[in-house]
Amino acid sequence: MSKNGAPWQENFKFSMLLYDARYRGLTIQISVLIAFLLAFFWLANNVVQNLADLGKPIEFGFLGDVAGYDINQILIDYTAQSSHGRATLVGLLNTLLVAFSGCVAATILGVIGGVLRLSNNWLVSRLVAGYVEIFRNIPVLLWIFVCMFTFTALAPSPREFRGADPEASMLFMDSVALTNRGIYIPEPLFSRPLGNIDLGIFFVSIELLLILACLIGGWLFVRKNNARALQIQNDTGERPATFLVNLAAMALPTIIILIALGFHIGKPELKGFNFKGGINMSAPFIGLWLGLTLYTTTYIIEAVRSGIQAVSKGQTEAALALGMRPGRIMSLVVLPQAMRIIIPQLISQYLNLTKNSSLAVAIGYMDLVSTLGGITLNQTGREMEAILLLMAIYLSISLTISVVMNWYNNRMKLVER
Amino acid sequence: MRKTILLSAATVAGLATGAASADTLSDIKERGKLNCGVTEGTLGFSARDASGKHQGFDVEFCRALGAAIFDDADAVEYIELSSKNRFSGLSTGLVDVLYRTTTWTFSRDVDLKTSFVGINYYDGQGFMVPAELGVSSAKELEGATVCIETGTTTELNLADFFRTNNMSYEPLPVGSPTEAKALFIEGACDVYTTDASALAGVRASLKDPSAYVILPEVVSKEPLGPAVRHGDNAWEDVVRWTQNALVAAEEFGITQANVAELAKGGDNPEINRLLGAEGSLGEMLGLDADWAARAIAATGNYGEVFERTIGESTPIGLSRGLNALWTEGGLQYSQPFR
Repeated sequence: MSKNGAPWQENFKFSMLLYDARYRGLTIQISVLIAFLLAFFWLANNVVQNLADLGKPIEFGFLGDVAGYDINQILIDYTAQSSHGRATLVGLLNTLLVAFSGCVAATILGVIGGVLRLSNNWLVSRLVAGYVEIFRNIPVLLWIFVCMFTFTALAPSPREFRGADPEASMLFMDSVALTNRGIYIPEPLFSRPLGNIDLGIFFVSIELLLILACLIGGWLFVRKNNARALQIQNDTGERPATFLVNLAAMALPTIIILIALGFHIGKPELKGFNFKGGINMSAPFIGLWLGLTLYTTTYIIEAVRSGIQAVSKGQTEAALALGMRPGRIMSLVVLPQAMRIIIPQLISQYLNLTKNSSLAVAIGYMDLVSTLGGITLNQTGREMEAILLLMAIYLSISLTISVVMNWYNNRMKLVER
Repeated sequence: MRKTILLSAATVAGLATGAASADTLSDIKERGKLNCGVTEGTLGFSARDASGKHQGFDVEFCRALGAAIFDDADAVEYIELSSKNRFSGLSTGLVDVLYRTTTWTFSRDVDLKTSFVGINYYDGQGFMVPAELGVSSAKELEGATVCIETGTTTELNLADFFRTNNMSYEPLPVGSPTEAKALFIEGACDVYTTDASALAGVRASLKDPSAYVILPEVVSKEPLGPAVRHGDNAWEDVVRWTQNALVAAEEFGITQANVAELAKGGDNPEINRLLGAEGSLGEMLGLDADWAARAIAATGNYGEVFERTIGESTPIGLSRGLNALWTEGGLQYSQPFR
C-alpha cells in the first residue's frame, strides 16, 4: 500500500481510516467481518451455553454406545450390538453407494438422452423433450415415492413364488428373483476361498485383491504392448497384430485364478419367508436409485444438449467434408468439445444427486440421514450433535466430489496457447 | 426428517430467546388453549374422524386437561407429531404435554430431559401377520421381513427379541403408520410390529381384518403415558393429578352421568375433596376448586374413556387386561386425594 501513497507513516491519523478513500474500503470490510464473526460466535456460544444449562452439553461420546437397532442393507459388518459410530459408517457407505450408482446411471442415460434430444427424428426428439419436461418439473421426492410404491405394488411378493403352481416365477433361468422386497441377483462364490484381510474398520477379500491385481497387470501389459506396436508401426509402417495377445493378457490370468479358487455362481433360493443367497438389491434402494436417476438424468440431458449446440456447426460440416460418418463425428469431434461445457454442469448435478439422496429417509433406505440423523438421533436424543455431524459429513462428501470433478475439468479444458 | 431438522433449528432459535418458559400453566392460561401433542393417526388413540376432529383415547386425556384448566374440553389444539420429532416438539415448547403413545423408559426420562407423569395405558409390543402364512408364534418368524416404525422403542425391542431367540430378520423401516400399513398389505413385509394396542387399531382399519392375526407373544413392556418438559413441577402436577382424577373417579364410581350430583357434596370425604366440595386441592394446583369435576364431566372416568374409545364394544376391541383398576386385578391405580 505504501507504494502508491505518500509517505503516510509520518502523518497518519486515525480519522484517515474513515475519511481517506484509500483506507475506507478496508476499514468497512474489516468491521463487517468482525461484526459477522461476533454474531456467529454469539449464536454458537448461546447454543452451547443453553444446551449445557438444559443438562445436554454438546458431546460426541454417544457414538461409542451400543446402537441396538438393525440395518437392512449393510456393506460392512454390522450387528445390533455395534456402536452408533459404526451405524453411522454403515449409513455413510449406503449414501455413497446410492449416490455413486445414481451418478453413473444418470450420466449414461443423460448423454444418450442429450444426443437423442437433438435427433432429426421428430418423434424421438419430442419423446425425450416430453420426458425432460415431466420429470424435472415435479419434485424429486414425489418421483422417489412413485418409483418405490409402483415397485412394491407391481412386483410379486415372495409368497407368490411358493407352491406347486406359483403365480410368479424367477427370471433368466431361475437365477434372478424379482420381488417387491427387492431384486435378488446371483452372487459370485468361491469354493476354495482365501479369506479376508482385516483393515481395522472393514475386511477386504483376498480374492478380490488378486483379481484386481491381475486386471491392473494385464492393463499395464496392454499399454506396453500397444506402445511397442506403435513404435514398430512408426519405424516400419507395418502394425503387428496386438488384439489376441492383449485379450489373452487381460483375460487369461484372471480366468486361471477364478478356476483355481473354485469360482461358481450362487443363485438365490426361496427359503422360509424370503429368498436366501444371491445379492439383494432392496426395494428402497431400487426406488431411491430409480427416482434420483430419472430426475437427475433430465438435467444432464439438458446439459449435454446445450454443450452439443454450443459447438459451432462448422465443426460438424468440416468433419462431414472429410468424409466422417455421423456417429464418429459425434464421438470424435463434437462430444470432446462439448464436454468442456458439460462438465461444470455435471459437477453441480452430481452434488445435487448426492444431497438429494438424503430423501432416502422417506422410503426407509438406511442412508446417513436414516441412521445417524434418524434412529441414532431419536434413540440418543442428541439432536444438535447428530445434525452438526451430518452437516460436516455431507459437506466433506460434496467438497470431495467438487475437487475431483474440478481436477477432471481442468484436464479436459481447452489448452490455450 | 425435514421436520426434525426444522425442529432442531427451532430448538436453537427457541433456546436463544428463552421461549421455553418455566411456567407452563400460566403460559397456557394466557394463550387460552392447551397445545397437546398426539400421533398422526393411530386409530383408537388419536385419529381424525370423518369431520376432521381428533378422536381417541389419548385425545380424551387432552380434553380432560382442557376442561380442568378452562372448563372447556375443546380449548385444546392438537398438534400431530411423528415418533421422530415428538421429543423435540416437546422440548421446544411446541406442545405443552405429549399424549402420544409414548413409552416411559429410563433414557427418555433421564437423558432426554422429559418427565413422564403417569401411565394411561399399559401396553406391550406385538406382531401381526397375514393369516395365510399359517404362523402361530413369533418364534416361527425366522428370516421374515418386518415393517417397523423408525424412531420408536419397538425398533430396539425387535432387535433384542430376534437376537435372544437366535433368529434373523430383515427390517424394513417406515416413517409413519399409514406407510407401514400400505407396505404390509402389499406384502412388502411379512410382519408388522408395533404396540399391541396400535396393532389392534390397524387391524380394525384393514379391509378384511379376519385375514390377519395378531400373534400371542408380547415381547416388551410398553408403559404409555403423558410426558412434559423437565423442570416445571407445577405443570407436571396438573397433568399427573388430572389423569389420577379420572382413575380415582372410576374407583369411586363417579361417572359422567352422576358427577354433577356428587359434586354437591356427600358422605365420602375423598370424593368431596376430589370434586371440590371440601378442601382446597384445586387451589393448590393453581386451578379452580371444581377442576376434577369438570374433567370428569367432559370425558367420563377412566373406564368410560377406555370403553368409548378402544374398549371391547369398539372396532378396536381391546380388553381391559392390565389396564383394569387395581381393585379388579389390573395395574391402574391413583394416588390418594388428600
